[in-house]
Amino acid sequence: MEHITLLIGIVIVTALVFDFTNGFHDTANAMATTISTGALKPKTAVAMSAVLNLIGAFLSVEVAKTISSGIIDEGSGIQPEVIFAGLVGAIIWNLLTWLAGLPSSSSHALMGGLLGATVASVGLGAVNGGTVVMKVLIPALAAPLVAGLAALLATRLTYRAARNADEQQTAKGYRAGQITSAALVSLAHGTNDAQKTMGVITLALITGGALAPQADPPTWVIVSAGVAIALGTYLGGWRIIRTMGSGLTDIKPPQGFAAQTSAAVTILASSHIGFSLSTTHVCSGAIMGSGLGRKGGVVRWSTAARMVMGWGLTLPAAGLVAAGAALLAGQGTWGVATVAVLAVVVSGGIWLLSRRQPVDHTNVNDTAVPGETAEEDAAGVVTAALQAVAPPPTVKAGSDASLPEMSLPQGTPAAGPVAEAEAEKERPRAGSTLG
Amino acid sequence: MNIDWAALGEVFGVSLVATVGLVGLFTLGIVNGSAGKAQGGGASALARTGAYACYALCAAAVAYGIYIITAP
Repeated sequence: MEHITLLIGIVIVTALVFDFTNGFHDTANAMATTISTGALKPKTAVAMSAVLNLIGAFLSVEVAKTISSGIIDEGSGIQPEVIFAGLVGAIIWNLLTWLAGLPSSSSHALMGGLLGATVASVGLGAVNGGTVVMKVLIPALAAPLVAGLAALLATRLTYRAARNADEQQTAKGYRAGQITSAALVSLAHGTNDAQKTMGVITLALITGGALAPQADPPTWVIVSAGVAIALGTYLGGWRIIRTMGSGLTDIKPPQGFAAQTSAAVTILASSHIGFSLSTTHVCSGAIMGSGLGRKGGVVRWSTAARMVMGWGLTLPAAGLVAAGAALLAGQGTWGVATVAVLAVVVSGGIWLLSRRQPVDHTNVNDTAVPGETAEEDAAGVVTAALQAVAPPPTVKAGSDASLPEMSLPQGTPAAGPVAEAEAEKERPRAGSTLG
Repeated sequence: MNIDWAALGEVFGVSLVATVGLVGLFTLGIVNGSAGKAQGGGASALARTGAYACYALCAAAVAYGIYIITAP
């Protein structure tokens, strides 16, 4: 430890900050459905997830040894500045997507950041294009499909099998099942993602000469990475939990159980077989699949589309920020200092913006997606206004009035009754024209 | 560029079968465990044994999952 320079110290702190954002960004993966179905109270859920993430961090150090997954040629002269810039890009993108309530892959943000920083400072030659496609693009497309289809079929099956059972009696079982599979997802997350940070810190220590090449991460690195991810998880990324728990679709306990089991199984199968899939993509896909699996279930495709666009942007966006940071940091000590100050300022700004519309454990289950609510309100108002202006025939008025309730299950509790009242007013007139 | 379609297919198949199998098994356990309770009496001995068997298999699957996490 005696050879740690100031720069390496900055890299370590930044890596731990990234680990922290990784924790609160990914709480939703394990706990969103558990919270939205009421299987666990919000605070209990994030506390449980935090403890399991911490335990998971100590279980294995296998992933930490293959940090950048072979995407970046580590022999091509990576400097601590480059790692620092990559981490800054990943942190900024994680915070931006959190502000928007978008679940996006923290691993992709880290990869994108490291890629962008490497390209900016070393050149395109240090990047393996084929590996990017293999490790990033194909998994991003495959993950939601695999987990989604499994969750869809499992949801159908469990609804069919339990259709004659008493709902009160089965509720307890579904609750236990949900908690168990959510626990497995948390544990797997701690093992995988905390190790990525350990790997980055170890890489920084090796490039700085404080550790011998091929060394295992020292104990203090394992402990600090585990604690950082657990703290982040306990803080809870409530905005993302809200999107995944109630924004994508309305989750009932059987669906939550099917989705969470599908997510746990897919994550474990993929990491065991060696075709690694992003936890975030798997969980989002599983939730959408369970939404489609229930009769009368609706998936809000606009939210899903925003989410998928976010996935597509993650790699290039984190890469661009990191590339800029790398160019600046490459200028020397003042460059690194400027990047650090800018990163703190931008993060503070994002946090201040988030305070305008705070989401925490008290209102996490309230409405659908932040930003979507306004649209839904507007749609409800428009429907009501249409009903008022144009007197439609009786039958059509009836069916129109029920529309807002079906398509807007949340956010506009008033729209249905209002529209119905308007329809009531129109009925005599419509009746008279018909008669 | 070398896409490992075999591994992807394997992940797809294993995830699908294991998810549907586990969810089905657990649901069977829930249904068996709660059968008859709504009418006031407890579940029959046979149904209860079946339920426990289902839960035990699920617990084994969870244990295997933890084993995979610890020893990849």
